[in-house]
Amino acid sequence: MATIQAIPISRSFLEGAVVKRFLSHRLATFGLATILLLTLACIVGPWLLPFTDVYIDMMQRFAAPFSGWHVLGTDAMGRDTLARLLMAGRISLSIGFSAMVVSMIIGLCVGLIAGFYGGILGTVLMRFVDAMLCFPSIFLLLAISALISPSVPAIVLLIAMTSWMEVARVVEAQTRSLKTREFTLAAQSYGAGGFRLMLREILPNAVAPIVVAATLNVANAILAESYISFLGFGIQPPTPSWGNMLNSAQTYLTSAPWLAIVPGLAITLAVTSFNFLGDGLRDALDPRADQP
Amino acid sequence: MATFLLRRFAQAALLLVIVSMIGFAILHLAPGGPLSQYAVDGNMTQADLDRLAEQLGLNRPLPIQYAEWFFRMLQGDWGLSYRDQQPVLHIILSHLGATLELMLTATVLAMILGVWVGTLGAVRRYSLFDSLATIGAMVALSIPTFWFGLVIIYVFSVGLDWLPSGNRYTIGDGSFLNRIHHLIGPSLVLALVSTAVWSRYMRSSMLDVINQDYIRTARAKGVSERNILFRHAMRNALLPMITIAGVQIPTLLSGALVTETVFTWPGMGRLFLDSISYRDYPVVMGILMFSAVLVLLGSLLADILYSVADPRISRQG
Amino acid sequence: MKPSVPNPSASSDPLLLIDDRTVSFAAGKGWNTVVHGVSLDVGPGETVALVGESGSGKSVTAMSILGLLSARQARTTGRVVFKDRDLSLLNADEMRALRGSDIAMIFQEPMTSLNPVMTCGAQIAESLTIHRGLNRSEAHTETLQLFDRVRISDAARRFDEYPHSLSGGMRQRIMIAMALACKPSLLIADEPTTALDVTIQAQILALIKELQDEEGMAVLFITHDMGVVAEISDRTVVMNKGRVVEAGPTAAIFSDPAQGYTRSLLSAVPRLGSMKDRALPERFPVFDRETGVVQASADMPDTVVREKPLLEVEGLTTRFTLRQGFLGRVSGRVHAVENVAFTVRAGETLSLVGESGCGKSTTGRSILRLTEPDAGSVVLDGTDITALDSKGLRSHRRHMQMIFQDPYSSLNPRRSVGDSILEPLLVNRLADRSDAQGMVRELLQQVGLDPESRDRYPHEFSGGQRQRICIARALAVEPKLIVADESVSALDVSVKAQVINLMLDLQARMGVAYLFISHDMAVVERVSHRVAVMYLGEIVEIGSRQAVFGNPQHPYTKRLLSAVPVADPSRRRIKRILDSREIQSPIRDPGYRPPQRRFIDAGPDHRYMEWNDSWA
Repeated sequence: MATIQAIPISRSFLEGAVVKRFLSHRLATFGLATILLLTLACIVGPWLLPFTDVYIDMMQRFAAPFSGWHVLGTDAMGRDTLARLLMAGRISLSIGFSAMVVSMIIGLCVGLIAGFYGGILGTVLMRFVDAMLCFPSIFLLLAISALISPSVPAIVLLIAMTSWMEVARVVEAQTRSLKTREFTLAAQSYGAGGFRLMLREILPNAVAPIVVAATLNVANAILAESYISFLGFGIQPPTPSWGNMLNSAQTYLTSAPWLAIVPGLAITLAVTSFNFLGDGLRDALDPRADQP
Repeated sequence: MATFLLRRFAQAALLLVIVSMIGFAILHLAPGGPLSQYAVDGNMTQADLDRLAEQLGLNRPLPIQYAEWFFRMLQGDWGLSYRDQQPVLHIILSHLGATLELMLTATVLAMILGVWVGTLGAVRRYSLFDSLATIGAMVALSIPTFWFGLVIIYVFSVGLDWLPSGNRYTIGDGSFLNRIHHLIGPSLVLALVSTAVWSRYMRSSMLDVINQDYIRTARAKGVSERNILFRHAMRNALLPMITIAGVQIPTLLSGALVTETVFTWPGMGRLFLDSISYRDYPVVMGILMFSAVLVLLGSLLADILYSVADPRISRQG
Repeated sequence: MKPSVPNPSASSDPLLLIDDRTVSFAAGKGWNTVVHGVSLDVGPGETVALVGESGSGKSVTAMSILGLLSARQARTTGRVVFKDRDLSLLNADEMRALRGSDIAMIFQEPMTSLNPVMTCGAQIAESLTIHRGLNRSEAHTETLQLFDRVRISDAARRFDEYPHSLSGGMRQRIMIAMALACKPSLLIADEPTTALDVTIQAQILALIKELQDEEGMAVLFITHDMGVVAEISDRTVVMNKGRVVEAGPTAAIFSDPAQGYTRSLLSAVPRLGSMKDRALPERFPVFDRETGVVQASADMPDTVVREKPLLEVEGLTTRFTLRQGFLGRVSGRVHAVENVAFTVRAGETLSLVGESGCGKSTTGRSILRLTEPDAGSVVLDGTDITALDSKGLRSHRRHMQMIFQDPYSSLNPRRSVGDSILEPLLVNRLADRSDAQGMVRELLQQVGLDPESRDRYPHEFSGGQRQRICIARALAVEPKLIVADESVSALDVSVKAQVINLMLDLQARMGVAYLFISHDMAVVERVSHRVAVMYLGEIVEIGSRQAVFGNPQHPYTKRLLSAVPVADPSRRRIKRILDSREIQSPIRDPGYRPPQRRFIDAGPDHRYMEWNDSWA
């Protein structure tokens, strides 16, 4: 949330100082553990359950949680909520990760180039970033998603296209500040070229804020997917995602509230975990925390 | 000051041009471009479409089309809705009031709560209150707004029957109290994320300020802790909040869209969703552009306010 | 070891007595003690200097007097007695009533010590309303008088100004006015002039001294600068690593230091004027910290190659355009470097001296084209650097290297030290990977570091060691010229002396030339063959070091030299410099045409710029 300073982190990562600081951050440890557990559950969980996510049991429509075999109940078609939740988790989490990777690549390139070369090129790129940020993200997501046929790769690209700007801003600011640092000037004065400066002097020193931005980006991508799927423009049924499970649940809010509560909790848990992780990483990678 | 304003307006104008270019690009991304509405109509042949394109000037070079489109927008001619042939701008403006009402209420709520929580968290750093507020803010930032809306409806409308589950007022009863009653649920939901953001920024801003040298100076000259907080620290800590208020507008608009959907609130967000369902592109594009302009104006206003509030900027030429 | 503090003038009770003060800071789960049982006293009307290098605990001790350390993070024990009251027994309200009234404090950073959103007048008036219960208009009138007393002209207008529009010196005057508001009997001044330029420092010191005489106020002056100590203090307390090492009358401390630490500290302090009879630079004598044994320094050989210059700078001009308003109209230009010309011979040290904003750093960067100059030529060994294309520049830059001021940001924290030194060798193809490793060891040895430390990372080294690493990195490409931009300014005196000795040794061994950029006249006198004095982007006087220091011609050179505090209490020179002349800004109107300058010869290799009436 606060601005991320140029953070010189060093080999101390290997020496455990960073790891120690991270682990002493209880919420971050909680976040990391939850993410690992959730991911694991979504990968192996569906194989361990007696039901698949598409198994329709018309006799067991709207079964309440903890009543019989359906631990988290069933939906209007008698499908097992837990099975759907885990399958939806696969989709939602992979969209979150993939969208992060794509948006990081775009943001890194734009930020690095704009920050390093500056001038007209930098101004044009950053004004474009500013302009993109003028569009409220959901409006942009929905407007474009209405124009394309929603598939998982399309949704990933869509989310990435609307979330790379913050990364670009962070990287640009870092690059601009690291470019004028003395060690970069020293490298410049012994003859290092542009690429060497960018990749060997600047980028390694911007790793900390980039890692933090990446973590927060996963959280935002999961949220974004849930928003557009909830509103009916994202992942289309029968493929389950946490967002579209909620879309159908709204109708049965009075009679079958668990259909809304369970996927909502899953989203909140996953997103909170990534946010905690990002927060913990920010503190852990910040050497100022070393000072008394 | 005047030159600062002029420069800031020039920047905003430049940004507006880039924003409009992006909007125009999205418009032409649509399958069939601006003609997509007709393209899905089975009665139209390709020849019909070509003729229509000719009529509307769509076969001319893109830059010229863009320029025409841009100047039509500037003059307030945002096209006609496919659905009811009303002027787009007129439709948007008729829905704007409900959205602004919701956003303003939520913002005021979030500001008061956020500033209070953030300040207290900074002053009592690492206390139980601070830890709870930090965790709370993180969770609030992570809850999907629509789901929180559903939970509020389930608890307070379905369960306790304290709040109406939607709409701006009961049909036939437009009284002030009735409107307030309807406003509580959605504005609480919309305020959640903003409160979290405000409290986190306020906390870090206040922490930053109370570690500044001038606070030490104030303490060294014997100012009481209370006056240090309110006379010396508060004004400095609130300064960056002006910028935050500006930056919050896109998030608020996004939140408003979702909240309006959940609470069937007749605002711009609902209109946007409905228009997407009807493939009413002129309105969709209109709202997209309109919201971007709103954001632009918001950040412009925030910058101007900041320059007035901060002597370091306003007193320079 | 806890030496007692003799106070020969202690006929009456001391005004302030610190007795066995210990301060610990929270560190993880435990407490880290930074001040160990410090005792000292200040008599009424007396000036006591508390000196020490960074980390000596001097500022922490001072802050603890008024209880300004956060109770959460710091724990203090020991008594502080002020006017027979034990301050450690006071409650928060009683302490607050004392702060700013009977004991006032001023701080190091005038730029950040004033509240940016309150007018200067309101901040001074606040003291008056808190402690003396004055109403608004009374406080206003009184504040205007205080402005006059700290020699701020145009008080009525200044009252409503915000701090950001004032210079550092002016802000420190505001701080002093605030401190004086309630006529305190003790002023605690924590490095009040460290962030200021030397001419401004002289004004502020003189001001404090004069106000002290008028008010009969005692001053506890915290500083790291032995020159300042010698100029102003009656008694001196030397601190090292949280303990008092030595205390006594200032004259005695300087003439006959009892402790090894004090002796080594004093030996590392250059004294302006001590080089009068020597033509060549001279190393600092090396003292052993514990024993105080002197290791006399050998004379420097004459390293200068006199046949032809190595570096010829002609007409160098660098300006920064300021844009403002709609469409970015040019509103002014910073004339950072204006028509600067000088030469440096092989094996020679030319120092560029001047105060902040004089363009000395920009000159250094412009020569390497790290900042592109607007005009002029820089000829190094027959090649015009300014005429090179980017490829040529990259290959030629290696003949000139730069060492920067901040040892903490001049090494890439993500690279091992060896890797940092290796990189220039590889980039310039001076060695292949296997040979290069050996060269890195050799370079580390050259700068006095353990070659085995090459796998370690910058954060594991101290500031002085890092500066040695930077020197090794610069030497890797075998430069003919090293531009040292305030390279020793951030270091403690003793470390500073060691790094300067290293630079002189390297010059003797390798014949490298230095362009030594510094604001510190005393260091410059020690290391230079020749000196150029810069003011507002121009060289106003240039010549051999002996000539410029011994026979300064330009009024600015004279002014600068007379403002330097000399670490010798028998030669106090900060006279009543009570003008409040500020350093001017090099920002000019867009239409400004720099005047044609004429230089006058004052002797062989000594020229100065003809000056106009503004210097009268």
